[in-house]
Amino acid sequence: MNQLGTNHLLYLLIAAQWTVVLSLIAFAGGSVLGLAIALMRVSKLGVLRSLASGYIQLIQGTPLLILLFLSYFGLGIIGLKLVPLVAAGISLTLYAGAFLGEIWRGCIEAVPKTQWEASDCLGLNRAQQYAYVVLPQAVRIAIPPTVGFMVQIVKNTSLASVIGFVELARAGQIVNNSTFEPFVIFSCVAAIYFALCYPLSVASRYLERKANAGR
Amino acid sequence: MSYKFDFAFMADRWPDFVAGAWLTIQLTVLAIALGFALGTVCALARVYGGPVLRRLVGAYVEAIRNTPLLIQIFIVYFGLSSLGLKLSADVSAVIALTVNMGAYSTEIMRAGIQSIQRTQLEAADCLGLTRLQTILHVVLLPAMERVYPALSSQFVLLMLASSITSQISVEELTATASLVQSDTYRSFEVYLIVAVAYLALSALYRFSFWLIGRGLFARKRRLGTSL
Repeated sequence: MNQLGTNHLLYLLIAAQWTVVLSLIAFAGGSVLGLAIALMRVSKLGVLRSLASGYIQLIQGTPLLILLFLSYFGLGIIGLKLVPLVAAGISLTLYAGAFLGEIWRGCIEAVPKTQWEASDCLGLNRAQQYAYVVLPQAVRIAIPPTVGFMVQIVKNTSLASVIGFVELARAGQIVNNSTFEPFVIFSCVAAIYFALCYPLSVASRYLERKANAGR
Repeated sequence: MSYKFDFAFMADRWPDFVAGAWLTIQLTVLAIALGFALGTVCALARVYGGPVLRRLVGAYVEAIRNTPLLIQIFIVYFGLSSLGLKLSADVSAVIALTVNMGAYSTEIMRAGIQSIQRTQLEAADCLGLTRLQTILHVVLLPAMERVYPALSSQFVLLMLASSITSQISVEELTATASLVQSDTYRSFEVYLIVAVAYLALSALYRFSFWLIGRGLFARKRRLGTSL
């Protein structure tokens, strides 16, 4: 039995970098997908609207864990190598895209209707309305809830451990397997997650208060 | 792509999935009920309690909301047993899910309770309601009504999150899937079926919460009409 030492803590911290990397991948991928979903949700075309809302219902109605397994084993079916980072990246992107899409739809709809009408009167087409009038205002509304959702992404990367991706949670299990001090180790792991997430939570609340102060 | 889907294993494995889904329902209904009760008490403490109590509840909420459920489950199951408190996987799962649910419902209920105006409490006082009656009828029920949509989607999220308890060998729906796929090697098909099962479960939960909401908040009165 190994004694728990600084090396183990160092190992956890190195693994935490992979948690951060995976979070960033999920956030980047989820943002692109989420923007597309949000725009589809407010589209003039009924088909696009129902496609997007069907997608959201599908993802929000299944556990991320099952999504992870499906993309992990699904990669094998389409003949690709089972790389945990890729599978985790894909499923977290799909997951984040659905939630961010729904959050951002709300933000786009929160831009007053008069802004649409005014830009209509100025002769802007739909793309210009989005680019110059609606989205810049929606982004300001969207920042606090988006930062808040990043907390969910960071926490949910812990599930990538089940398909063998060595991030913080998996590293905790590995260290535990050699030292058998689960309480101390998982408390350390929790503390590292807390250190990653708490600043985001605080930032989200601060930004929200700041955004509402002007009203 | 030459993959052939094969769902033949379902012919004799479907009772396993039903049993798994039933355990998922039992675990989550228990955790939702206990967690909501815990959250309601904590929310009352957070709004009306003294400064120490408020701080304590705040720390609990922040600690839970900023750490992954997976790690919370590990701490309860592996951590507590190493400290001498040996709990079965099922009990650990219920405890971890309850504590998790409690933190989220504290935040949601706090928002609801804070939206109840002071004048309502004063009016209840004038009508001679006791403290308990005031809290129950004037504070909690209207507060719950205001945050009910957020509350019920949090309940559904908890049901989905209960899939994580498969990691400590709780034999619920996801664990059943892992077991069946290791027997049949039809991993993708197994998880497809379970995904559909979870979709059905979340539809069932949403519908149930809608029904419960209808029952709880039936007496709707339009503003400006007489009682």
